[in-house]
Amino acid sequence: MSRATPELLEREATRLLNSIEGAELTRKQRLEIPQQTIPAQDPVERRSNMSEVTLGYTEAQARLEAARCLQCKNAVCVEGCPVGVDIPSFIQAIEDGRYAEAIAIIHRTNILPAICGRVCPQENQCQATCTVGKVHKDPLKAVSIGRLERFVADYERSTQGSGVPEVKPETGKRVAVIGSGPASITVAADLRREGHAVTILEAFHRPGGVMVYGIPEFRLPKAIVEDEIHTLERMGVEIRTNFLVGRTRRLHDLFDKDGYDAVFIGSGAGLPKFLGIEGENLVGVFSANEFLTRSNLMKAYDREHAETPIFQPRKVAVFGGGNVAMDAARTAVRLEAEEVNVIYRRTRTEMPARAEEVDNAEEEGVRFHFLRSPKRILGNEDERVVGVECLAYELGEPDDSGRRRPVPIPGSETVIEVDTALVSIGNDSHPLITQTTPELETNKWGNILTDENGKTSMDRVYAGGDIVLGAATVILAMGEGRKAAASIHELLTSDSDDSA
Amino acid sequence: MPARMVAVNRILEREQLAPHVFRIRVEAPLIAEERRPGQFVILQIDSEFGERIPLTIADADPEEGSITLIFQAVGKSTQQLAALNVGGKIANLLGPLGRPTEIKSFGRVIAVGGGIGVAPMFPIVQALKREGNRITTIIGARTRELVILESEMRSVSEELIVCTDDGSYGRKAVVTEPLAELCRSERLPDLVVAIGPAIMMKFCVETVRHHDIPVMVSLNTIMVDGTGMCGGCRVTVDGETKFVCVDGPEFDGRLVDFNNMLKRLEAYRDQEERRLHECRIEEVRE
Ligand SMILES: Cc1cc2nc3c(=O)[nH]c(=O)nc-3n(C[C@H](O)[C@H](O)[C@H](O)COP(=O)(O)OP(=O)(O)OC[C@H]3O[C@@H](n4cnc5c(N)ncnc54)[C@H](O)[C@@H]3O)c2cc1C
Ligand code: SF4
Ligand code: FES
Repeated sequence: MSRATPELLEREATRLLNSIEGAELTRKQRLEIPQQTIPAQDPVERRSNMSEVTLGYTEAQARLEAARCLQCKNAVCVEGCPVGVDIPSFIQAIEDGRYAEAIAIIHRTNILPAICGRVCPQENQCQATCTVGKVHKDPLKAVSIGRLERFVADYERSTQGSGVPEVKPETGKRVAVIGSGPASITVAADLRREGHAVTILEAFHRPGGVMVYGIPEFRLPKAIVEDEIHTLERMGVEIRTNFLVGRTRRLHDLFDKDGYDAVFIGSGAGLPKFLGIEGENLVGVFSANEFLTRSNLMKAYDREHAETPIFQPRKVAVFGGGNVAMDAARTAVRLEAEEVNVIYRRTRTEMPARAEEVDNAEEEGVRFHFLRSPKRILGNEDERVVGVECLAYELGEPDDSGRRRPVPIPGSETVIEVDTALVSIGNDSHPLITQTTPELETNKWGNILTDENGKTSMDRVYAGGDIVLGAATVILAMGEGRKAAASIHELLTSDSDDSA
Repeated sequence: MPARMVAVNRILEREQLAPHVFRIRVEAPLIAEERRPGQFVILQIDSEFGERIPLTIADADPEEGSITLIFQAVGKSTQQLAALNVGGKIANLLGPLGRPTEIKSFGRVIAVGGGIGVAPMFPIVQALKREGNRITTIIGARTRELVILESEMRSVSEELIVCTDDGSYGRKAVVTEPLAELCRSERLPDLVVAIGPAIMMKFCVETVRHHDIPVMVSLNTIMVDGTGMCGGCRVTVDGETKFVCVDGPEFDGRLVDFNNMLKRLEAYRDQEERRLHECRIEEVRE
């Protein structure tokens, strides 16, 4: 598959835009505007670099894509958005070339648009319900809301840099925020804006959560995450890295010794799941978390400079079908693996990964083996991986999630020869805080239980994001953060009223 | 308001104990306050490209707010750490990590420390002694000048046996020999603690396996985060996968699959050799 060059796409878009500029477009005309292809790095070239794959719409493309929106009265896209961004309004602003206004509209409900525009699973959210997709009878033909969001966010970043939100006068209240992923960033920003003192406590040496240690540079440039962190710092949020709550300090000592008035837990789902099959502890088997952390956070892909080693993969098997699996597979490609095989129990339709990333992976030469699951990993006398034995599956009745349940076919074992296996079947909630804080109630998966305001079973302790939802998404984490921040603010305000 | 609060992690004292073996005292008030015997830290010399390396906390002074680390400068990162002078700063220092040692009254304890493993052993023996345990310590080293913490160990042990591989000091023996002899006497120990190279711990376990005595070992697997989120440190214990950084570092050695652990320790051997080779070449050039 060859891609049109960005120059070609821009030229074509400009021509079309000029032809409709100024005209009052009918619904029919809008529906005839072709969906804009996102410019991207050449698939062959990008196999050997870590730079971002998709390059983002040009201005003409963005305005043209915006013109595809029908400005529906009952904007069903908004219902599909977990935080309810006013989608038609921001798209209208883009169509009119009022970019600053567009970003201001998004910012009312989403503080991380440059990130969400890149990593949200739009095809399951706003774009799933979009009228344009319905009319074309193809949800993939919906208005590219995510790419438009990214366009204005990048436009703002490149023109003025994201401004520093105003901070109200100090209230004298102090909040500790555990973790620095999207949930925690949102809580910190919202509470700081209200004038509370906020300290982020992060275990790693670099803040940002999964967005820095998990999601690779080629999908989400780290500079974007760093900018968001800098914005927090400029607002006066204090960030303490190398601080592991549960070990460096116990949760209740944050109250007893450090005197915080409230605590938010956004410690994420960092515990890698393993399959529990034979051979899983052989040399050459890694959790996707380990492989990605070495490559991203520790920069092991930069073999010339990084001290942290990374296993040199030759033939790779990746187990799983989500974003984590795609990131692991595509990282292996960039580490010069000769062959990368994704092994997934169901079919392409059921893959939870963002559709765009599955396409990108395919373009980069990743091979997909659907309806297969590893049964055991084979090793040699040196305990190094030499292959994986897979069992074939067929789809049976739908399960609780509505997806058809894969059923193994007896006697269907085949062996794929590999020297590296990347286990990417998901993550469970990070257990350290709950283990060291028995008062915190959890469900059977170890997720912290909260009420509808994000409050946990402990007084003054709130939680949100993956630690509550199980491994979910950036936007849901952000939404949870919003909610918890509002409750924490209410609590702190009523404290002040009581003491007044 | 300056926002990023980076602890200073300043080096307060630095001393060379043996060839390639260093002891440093580092300012780390929070870690000093929380730390208990058996726990470790993860440190990184350079935030951008540095490696995260685990080191057991050899001692801590909560009053002063400092911890003591003893390490062998073997790889590039530990060599860089050894090159830091008093007043120098360690970019990142995380801890205390891992579960503390179970300290209680066992009765008679044999503590076996091999090489640099004597360093993490010292605080454990010290705490066990405080609980009234009677301790026999065996220190093993390749040669005389690599014997460390002898007088410290002597001060907390009823009996101290030093062995060297080449016989240049103490007994010419490997640690399993005196260990086997002690287990042949009338009164079997109630607990054996073995800390040192993986291969030494494995043989200590084998030496006493038929006696039905628990052998506590402290595992030194490869780690990245040290917080339980990568699984790189995993070992098989009693047929189950455990993460050394959060479930350990101490386990009953009788249940540990040492053969698998030994192979996993060599996962990056090729890369490491290449790097070390490169850095030697650099040294020669300089
Ligand atoms: C490889 C990968 C790819 C993904 N791709 C996508 C995608 O394309 N789109 C999408 O929407 N979502 C994606 N996700 C999921 C998304 O990243 C998460 O849902 C989201 O980051 C959760 O945010 P959070 O704030 O709850 O926590 P996290 O981002 O997980 O951050 C938690 C932070 O808390 C820190 N921490 C943990 N325990 C402690 C402690 N005891 N003390 C101090 N700090 C602690 C951790 O070090 C971490 O930095 C992906 C996840 C992974 C792993
Ligand atoms: S549903 Fe689609 S067409 Fe309708 S307002 Fe939303 S983005 Fe525009
Ligand atoms: S070092 Fe990563 S889980 Fe233990």
